[in-house]
Amino acid sequence: MDAAFLQTLWVTLKLAVSTTAILIIIGLPIAYWLAYSRYTIKPFIEALVSMPMVLPPSVIGYYMLVIYSPRNWFGAWLSNVFDIRLAFSFEGVLIASVIFSLPFMVQPLQNGLRSLPESLREASYTLGKSKSVTFFRVLVPNIKPSLITAIALTFAHSIGEFGVVLMIGGNMPGQTRVASIAIYDEVQSLNFATANRYAFILFAVSFVLLVTIYSVNKKQDVWRMI
Amino acid sequence: MANDIIYIDVEKSMFTSNGKLKLTIKTIIHPGELIALFGESGAGKTTLLRILAGLVKPDKGIVKFGNTVWFDSDKHINISPQARNISLMFQDYALFPNMTVEQNILFAQPEKDVKKVTELLAIFGLMEFRKQKTNGLSGGQKQRVALARAMARKPQLLLLDEPLSAIDYEMRTLLQNEIAQAHQLSDITTIIVSHDLNEVFRLATQVICIENGSIIRSGKPDDVFSDNRISGKVQITGIIARIEKQDTINIVTVISGNNQIIKVIAFENDIENLKIGVSVMVYTKAFNPVIRKLSNV
Repeated sequence: MDAAFLQTLWVTLKLAVSTTAILIIIGLPIAYWLAYSRYTIKPFIEALVSMPMVLPPSVIGYYMLVIYSPRNWFGAWLSNVFDIRLAFSFEGVLIASVIFSLPFMVQPLQNGLRSLPESLREASYTLGKSKSVTFFRVLVPNIKPSLITAIALTFAHSIGEFGVVLMIGGNMPGQTRVASIAIYDEVQSLNFATANRYAFILFAVSFVLLVTIYSVNKKQDVWRMI
Repeated sequence: MANDIIYIDVEKSMFTSNGKLKLTIKTIIHPGELIALFGESGAGKTTLLRILAGLVKPDKGIVKFGNTVWFDSDKHINISPQARNISLMFQDYALFPNMTVEQNILFAQPEKDVKKVTELLAIFGLMEFRKQKTNGLSGGQKQRVALARAMARKPQLLLLDEPLSAIDYEMRTLLQNEIAQAHQLSDITTIIVSHDLNEVFRLATQVICIENGSIIRSGKPDDVFSDNRISGKVQITGIIARIEKQDTINIVTVISGNNQIIKVIAFENDIENLKIGVSVMVYTKAFNPVIRKLSNV
């Protein structure tokens, strides 16, 4: 295997692992809020979180490019204060990937929390336990299948990401060139052998992840969890 | 501060299966009592329990535990369930499936004390299950874990929401003894929601009858349920299982708490307020009952 091939796989893996790790940290509190709050703005937040599931990746990519651009206040602020330019960088792609995979993390977690009997939470409160102790020691351990589903779906979705990465990151080897883009690029160059290797790896990884999801949720209807 | 008088004066609008209902409760509960909240389902018993636990907020009123105000609508005080030092045993037990029996009890302790956990496991006959997850346990075992967990919290007030409703008669008698034992051991003020008359008589030192959201009677179980005008020598409580009309009379079949079948002849005006499922008392008026030892016993 040549260095460029491995480098592309490394960038793909780094992007998927980082996206998943960040989403576990921000997805759990969002899922908790969506599962239990009764604010009137909740449907709007729910809709925003789910938007990446229905929007074409190019739309998200376009908006992210607009936001990152130094011509707009956020991009200008990043550029002036921190000397950071997010467009066409790994970090820029990572932020977009986090936003794009958000519903794949939040929705299974939210549905998992909702399916727990209300009395578990109330029992923990009446036993004197705070909301955070209840969340980490009672609620999260009891939604393990949802947690595994959320992690596997987010990971699989991140390694398969194409449109957003292409719009924001382009195709820079070692920086933003991920396997899905490499396949497109190799096919364009009529380099089918390399394209085939990338494709097979993506196919195998996704297949293993989905088998994992279905095995941990043997008793449950997976699509109802999403 | 242990075992203080509980003062309740609250109002709460609620929606039940029978429509809208206004819960209006004003009562005082004395320390160390075992109170039964008795009434049909949908009368507001569980809601009152949840108000005491801090899980339901009343529309207005005051709840005081000794000198501590738990709820006061005028002063906008509503102490969280965590700060009330109570234990609520839920109808579905609400055991944590991710923890073993022992871990469930450990979790409830304000300060970890493994020796005390072992003691509780022994009292409730749970030693052999201590390392088991709770999902595989039977209803009776789950109930004992829930009770042990509720005690482990060392509450000032123990609330039990129909703890024995899903358990068969024999097991229920056994568990009623355990609740009585737990109450005697700890002397904690205990409130139990029940619609089983037998249970109320066996356990409660005081009973509060709730109907359509209001207290209709309260006092000692004997005083509340025995009509003083009755000079009867036999009084059996039970639930109406069947009402058969035969010519000018009706035959009412009553099943008592220990599954004895009693058939009573009743006239039209006797059964005016009676229907299947209603708790009743069967008593004798005019004759002296005869007692003799059962043969072969």
